[in-house]
Amino acid sequence: MSELALAAFAAETGSHLVHMPRDRRFRVFARGFDETGYLTRLRESGVRWVARSASHFPPLLHAIHDPPAGLFVRGAAGPDLLRRATVAVVGARSCSPYGAQVARMLGRELAGAGLVVVSGLARGVDGEAHRGALEAGGTTVAVLGCGIDRDYPAAHRELASRIRASGLIVSEYAPGVEPAPWRFPARNRIIAGLSAAAVVVEARDRSGALITADLALEEGREVFAVPGEITSALSSGTNDLLKLGASPLTASTDVLDIFGLTAPANESVSLGPSAEIVLARLRDSPASADELARATGLDAGALASALTELELAGCAVAGGGVYRAN
Amino acid sequence: MLARTITHALVGLETRRVEVEAHLENGLPGFAIVGLADRACQEAKHRVRSGIASAELEWPLRRITVNLAPAALRKEGSAFDLPIALSILAASGQIPRDSLAKHAAVGELALDGRLRPVGGVLALAEAALEAGLPRILCAARSSPEAALAGIEPVPVRHLADAVAYLRGEHDPEPWVPANGRPVEPPMLDLADLRGQERARRALEIVAAGGHNLLLAGPPGTGKTMLARRLPSILPPLSPPEAIEVTRIYSVAGMLAADRPLVTTRPLRSPHYSASVAALVGGGPGPKPGEVSLAHRGVLVLDEFAEFQRPALEALRQPLEDGFVSIARVGGRAVFPARFQLVAAMNLCPCGARGDPAVDCKCSPQRLSAFRDKLSRALLDRFDLVVAMPRPRAAELAAPPGEASDPVRHRVATARKRLDVARAAWTKEATTLLDRAVERLPLSGRGRARARCVAETIAALASENAVAAEHLAEALAYRSPTELGAP
Repeated sequence: MSELALAAFAAETGSHLVHMPRDRRFRVFARGFDETGYLTRLRESGVRWVARSASHFPPLLHAIHDPPAGLFVRGAAGPDLLRRATVAVVGARSCSPYGAQVARMLGRELAGAGLVVVSGLARGVDGEAHRGALEAGGTTVAVLGCGIDRDYPAAHRELASRIRASGLIVSEYAPGVEPAPWRFPARNRIIAGLSAAAVVVEARDRSGALITADLALEEGREVFAVPGEITSALSSGTNDLLKLGASPLTASTDVLDIFGLTAPANESVSLGPSAEIVLARLRDSPASADELARATGLDAGALASALTELELAGCAVAGGGVYRAN
Repeated sequence: MLARTITHALVGLETRRVEVEAHLENGLPGFAIVGLADRACQEAKHRVRSGIASAELEWPLRRITVNLAPAALRKEGSAFDLPIALSILAASGQIPRDSLAKHAAVGELALDGRLRPVGGVLALAEAALEAGLPRILCAARSSPEAALAGIEPVPVRHLADAVAYLRGEHDPEPWVPANGRPVEPPMLDLADLRGQERARRALEIVAAGGHNLLLAGPPGTGKTMLARRLPSILPPLSPPEAIEVTRIYSVAGMLAADRPLVTTRPLRSPHYSASVAALVGGGPGPKPGEVSLAHRGVLVLDEFAEFQRPALEALRQPLEDGFVSIARVGGRAVFPARFQLVAAMNLCPCGARGDPAVDCKCSPQRLSAFRDKLSRALLDRFDLVVAMPRPRAAELAAPPGEASDPVRHRVATARKRLDVARAAWTKEATTLLDRAVERLPLSGRGRARARCVAETIAALASENAVAAEHLAEALAYRSPTELGAP
């Protein structure tokens, strides 16, 4: 009786199974299960199957106490990608512009240094982490909480196809499994299990990202939390993690250090004199265009021009009318 | 016994010649109006009969048939009252028949015989003049409006006046043009607005280049205040533009009695519950909508995201073409609609986004539904998008900003420059544009818009060529990613 039969049975019965059940129903199902036919159908839809017992099953994931029966995998990269040095970047779905910016920056810099960025394809922090990694031309892995044939959420269909083009989308669930709230914590254990380190960017008090952090801690993985404002509810979860002893992350090098990697040297950009002044002010704190005008003495037109220069050089990002240094 | 009066019917802003024929014959006394007259037009029977009686004229006790020719055109409204009454009076020999040949007539009769003004007199008077009629009989209050067409108005207060005039018994008091322009109500001034330098700058660019503007930010940051002050920095209407605008307002029946000619740029701000027909025009006999009432002026759509989706999408044609064409069973009407659109909206349904003091409580689903409402195609029509975050207290305590007058002068200078010639592009600016297309999410249309805005900025700076800094500023007003897909 194979692990694939177990995964197919779980999908059939809408349950979550990691061990072979001893009941009659499963035995009847397994006896009638056409494994070669099932594999052919999977292959036809571009999905590969990595069983738990296979030699190329990611060892880190194998080490957790309830590893999945196997992984369904879609994407251009080989399953070996999952055995490379991986880091999870997770956080709130409804994140702040700050969270989105940090997630994107981490995705870009970690993937740029050669790490595989793992996340959950959700809105907010997850999506930004994936986008950042793709921006740097790196590889990224999205772990789904539903069947491998679904792109969930639908808003990220485009992102999912870009991830598949260079990286992987994985799920422990067979095609056809609907997303359900209780499957997401199970998905989080895979994110934590695949990764040697996990970074929580922004999380509320009872956020799913904290589940990922807890699971990572239980498995003895490194956990980082990005410090946030103590007055922001969106940062209360991450700040609590810091209180409990997670490592604070203030630069991507904090993560790179534990892998013994160094960030690739930044190409230096030459900026105009007004752009330099504006950037110096932005490094203190994020500010709206009008505040910048007041602080720098530039008129609205010259300031707008300087801000575009910074944006094009990748030194600043805008969100909700507020500019931040990048 | 037959008599005929010439008048015109409105189809949208256009006019069709209508001959009002009255025929009297022997038989049982009766009165019928034929020729696709609508309800208001059918009711003319009662008004005309009472009007003639009140003017102490004789109601012919014969079989009366009034025909509004051409019979296939739908006639609407009460403007046919006067021509019908005059035709009947001429047919019954109470006024000389040939006196009607040189006069157009328009107006609604009151039961006591007085003449009431109707809408669209300017367009009707223009049509009468074109049809070779040198004079138009109209209500006294409509005569200044008719005079704008260049026709000689004959102000009629009462049906008896018109009859006496046509009989040659007495001349109605000649129409005297009013002395000077009436005093315009003062416009809202930009000096009322504190802070928000970036948004002010964007408003100036919009005024100079005739662009459309979207203001996005939390409530209470001055979006609406700013939008309503755009007319104050636009140059005044030119005389032909004023006539265009007046024609529309006249047809809509919205002309103020003391101000026959609209001389200020219109500002329209419909509520967000407005229907498609209210915005772009419509109805069985098409009436101009808000986009046409804002012709040569400003259309402010506050709470932009709350408008119905079909109403917003209907804006796309007028924004692109500068006119609205409405097809109905009764025919097709074209209304000019060359307006500047200024829209204001929050960044999210709860309104807290962009406000550092409050946390946004919108769920991701609500947020994406909110954004889905604004199609990419519609957002693409805004040349400038400006986020207006909540100003700090220090900004509100700042002295009042620049007043409208100096800004209007700069705008006028820039407009002249833009009218004369298109700006050249420096090499640096072209290189920057190529780089921006590569680095930023910029569609083909977005690229064209950035070019256009950059040219306006160069004109405001009195430069002959678009430099890199002008384009860079134009790019700062592009649509931010949070309003659409990244």
